[in-house]
Amino acid sequence: MSEKTTAVLNKKDLKSNQEVRWCPGCGDYSILNSVQAVMAELGIPKHKFCIISGIGCSSRFPYYMDTYGFHTIHGRAPAIATGVKIANPDLSVWMITGDGDSLSIGGNHTIHMLRRNVDVKIILFNNQIYGLTKGQYSPTSPAGLKTKSTPFGSVDRPFNPISLALGAGATFVARTMDTHPKHMEATLRLAAQHKGSAFVEVFQNCVIFNDGAFEEIIGRSVRDDRTFDLQHGQPMVYGANHDKGVRFKGFGAEFVGASEAEVWDASMPSTAAAQILAELDADPNLPTAVGLFRRVAAPTFDEGVRKQVAKIRESKGPGKLKDLIYTRDSWTVS
Amino acid sequence: MSTPASIGSELPLQSQESVVIRFAGDSGDGMQITGNQFTATSAFLGNDLATLPDFPAEIRAPAGTRPGVSGFQVRFSSSEIHTPGDNPDVLVAMNPAALVVNLKDLKPGGIVIINTGNWAELDLKKARLDKDPRETGMLNGYRLIEIDINQRVKEALAGTSLSPKEVQRCKNFYTLGIMYWLYSRPLDPTEKWLAAKFKDEPEMIQANVLALRAGYSAGDIHELFQARYEVAPCDTMAPGVYRNIMGNQALSLGLVAGAHLANLELFLGSYPITPASDILHQLSAYKNYGVTTMQAEDEIAAVCSAIGASFAGQLGVTTTSGPGMALKTEAIGLAISTELPLVVVDIQRAGPSTGMPTKTEQSDLYQAVLGRNGDAPLPVVSCSTPADAFESAIEAVRIAVQFMTPVILLSDGYIANGSEPWRLPKLEDLTPFPVTFRTEKEGFHPFLRDGKLARPWVKPGTPGLEHRIGGLEKDADSGNISYDPKNHERMTHLRWDKVMGVRETYKPSTVSGAQRGKLLVVGWGSTAGSILSAVEVLRRRGAEVGCLHLRHIWPLPKDLAEIFGRFERLLVPEMNMGQLARLLRSEFPSTRIESYPKVQGLPFTTSELVARLESELAAASRS
Repeated sequence: MSEKTTAVLNKKDLKSNQEVRWCPGCGDYSILNSVQAVMAELGIPKHKFCIISGIGCSSRFPYYMDTYGFHTIHGRAPAIATGVKIANPDLSVWMITGDGDSLSIGGNHTIHMLRRNVDVKIILFNNQIYGLTKGQYSPTSPAGLKTKSTPFGSVDRPFNPISLALGAGATFVARTMDTHPKHMEATLRLAAQHKGSAFVEVFQNCVIFNDGAFEEIIGRSVRDDRTFDLQHGQPMVYGANHDKGVRFKGFGAEFVGASEAEVWDASMPSTAAAQILAELDADPNLPTAVGLFRRVAAPTFDEGVRKQVAKIRESKGPGKLKDLIYTRDSWTVS
Repeated sequence: MSTPASIGSELPLQSQESVVIRFAGDSGDGMQITGNQFTATSAFLGNDLATLPDFPAEIRAPAGTRPGVSGFQVRFSSSEIHTPGDNPDVLVAMNPAALVVNLKDLKPGGIVIINTGNWAELDLKKARLDKDPRETGMLNGYRLIEIDINQRVKEALAGTSLSPKEVQRCKNFYTLGIMYWLYSRPLDPTEKWLAAKFKDEPEMIQANVLALRAGYSAGDIHELFQARYEVAPCDTMAPGVYRNIMGNQALSLGLVAGAHLANLELFLGSYPITPASDILHQLSAYKNYGVTTMQAEDEIAAVCSAIGASFAGQLGVTTTSGPGMALKTEAIGLAISTELPLVVVDIQRAGPSTGMPTKTEQSDLYQAVLGRNGDAPLPVVSCSTPADAFESAIEAVRIAVQFMTPVILLSDGYIANGSEPWRLPKLEDLTPFPVTFRTEKEGFHPFLRDGKLARPWVKPGTPGLEHRIGGLEKDADSGNISYDPKNHERMTHLRWDKVMGVRETYKPSTVSGAQRGKLLVVGWGSTAGSILSAVEVLRRRGAEVGCLHLRHIWPLPKDLAEIFGRFERLLVPEMNMGQLARLLRSEFPSTRIESYPKVQGLPFTTSELVARLESELAAASRS
């Protein structure tokens, strides 16, 4: 057994002995690969990783990692991860979830984890469909999507996960794609370095029930022109020839030449600019923003809880059970 | 002592064994404080005690109306008692609504003290009374004492700087003063309490002390009463150090004690719900006792955060009431499947659904024992009195950590808010059960089992023991996911056998009263006091009746079969439609088991139990 306390891990050190059972061609494989690559280089020994998941295809993830892991129940991973992080703060806690798990049944826990800023890295596999239950529409499916439960098309309006996370007060919000391992690893690296809730949406392809859902945006042949990558401190330039740019105009964005592109600042206290970029998704004719939407420093919930406990223990001294039971209002019967 | 001993000293002093007083007024009148102060002072005098608050679900229902009436019943005695008493000897009614709501319970010939300061036509109207009850004959057969408390308080506090509204807020202490005089109680303990409570508001101390003393003097000066009473200390109470304690307080202390005995930090994930919230309040103040608390976003997050804490190596606890239990159900199943220790506290209240949040009931027994998907057994422990909640909580923690299982600890609103003297345990008498986390790598897998069939508990962060758990079925020999049919059957049996093995760690069951004969009364939870009182009444008459009170609802103790065999029939009184009775019938099919359900949101009275026991005994004789 490798007891690496400071050592750099090899990717394969993180692979468990369990056979990976996602469908052939599933985007989850590439995410697993990228997570293993990034985790291996963090300098954290593998026994310090704890991966918590909910229910769904993505949530099988912990079984494939030779770290501590907990495959929990549908939607509740944020609450369980919060308890883990408070009780055992030395752990690097990661949460794996899907669009149904974290935005539908577990939506409440997701927003509360983000507002509290619990120090957990959250990877949301967004494939805009329920996979494990075999093909019903999800809260991120576009309106009109025909699925097993919506044979005449969905009339639900979808969530934009980035907008939701920003609205919930997340301190780190990013988006990446399963087809672009380099971008995914760079994004996960940033997330791993962030202290607090780091919310990463991954556009992930479900080959069986929603194949090609993101193809028009992130397909290799189109993605350079259909997406623009938000990098903190870099101009918002995109295009196969790096000739296009984005800048803000009033309460919206406009698409201009690369030379007129605005420099992206992900650390703004206001989420307004990030929201403007996130909401570009609504118009299929406009490019989609990926990369780092927001990264601000804020106290974490788990640290706040621990500091308060430590402060009270220091000021009052370690409590003795006897003092708790034998109080001043007691009397003696002899 | 500040008590003016001379006042009223010329009146005859009558000795009483046991007295029940009910204070009733608007929920804003401070009746809970009045009752608690009377209780604390009586505890100080060495009486045995039992209390029962009765308050509305609304924080402040419209003043003067029947739904707004808040009550507090205290029984204090020179002999040992087990209940707050069926019927008050004295009713203090701060307004007409308080009178009409409570009068039906007063003993014939009992004393009614009314505050005529709140007795105008409008007050009667608010109480939906067409006529003044003093004129309708409603009060015939009672001893009526009329005092204009509003006016008296105004006079007593004339010299203070308080506004008229603030003056009226001191009414409850004036009332308390009257009762202290009537039952020969000292003023000292309350005056000290006031000094501590309002230490930054000297004018409030002064005003309330003035009101208290004025009330004390009123009994004599205004010749309201013809006699004073005294209730001697209870000299049969076992020697020891006592304090008066409410069930939720004792339960909180028991959880902390349990965590100390297990050598664990305690994590409470909780969501506010009546009548369990006080445990969250109390534990949140114990941060220097190894306690961390989190007010979660909902009931599910509360239990899940506790499960996360348990996985991470702390003692996870969650507290709730029936509706919250329903929401936690799936997560409790996860704790069963992953075999993690967890204590789930259910302070039961009247259901279904929202039901009657401030009224007591024992109707979550099925939910606790049976209410999950799949074959999902877990131990269920039940508190029987406010003080017993301490030991029950320790027992729940012990089982959870020794057997790596969630445990449901049942209490109810009656235990939660009722109080009684608690003989404090000697710390050295509490047996530690320290947890050992596994660190040994050799031969490890997460679902190995020890002699009790419990799996190892590993703190994430331990080198070399990386492992995954989850709600999917596990292979019994490796802990890996398995859908193998035979393995599922084996795991289902293992989970069952593990929980049934908890029985081996129980203390023997005890029967009070007759050890064999016609009738055994089997109870659980807050019916303990009423059942014991009723059995004592009948024992004094020579009846062949005994009683047995269950601490362990599941698994049931092994010695029950032998005990049940010594009696002709069983009677199971419970505040539900017969849930324990049905459970016992299925476990002991050859035993004759009668059910005695009561679902009024109120505890059994001793007298109604005596009546039922009598008829059951008569039936047993005939058969």
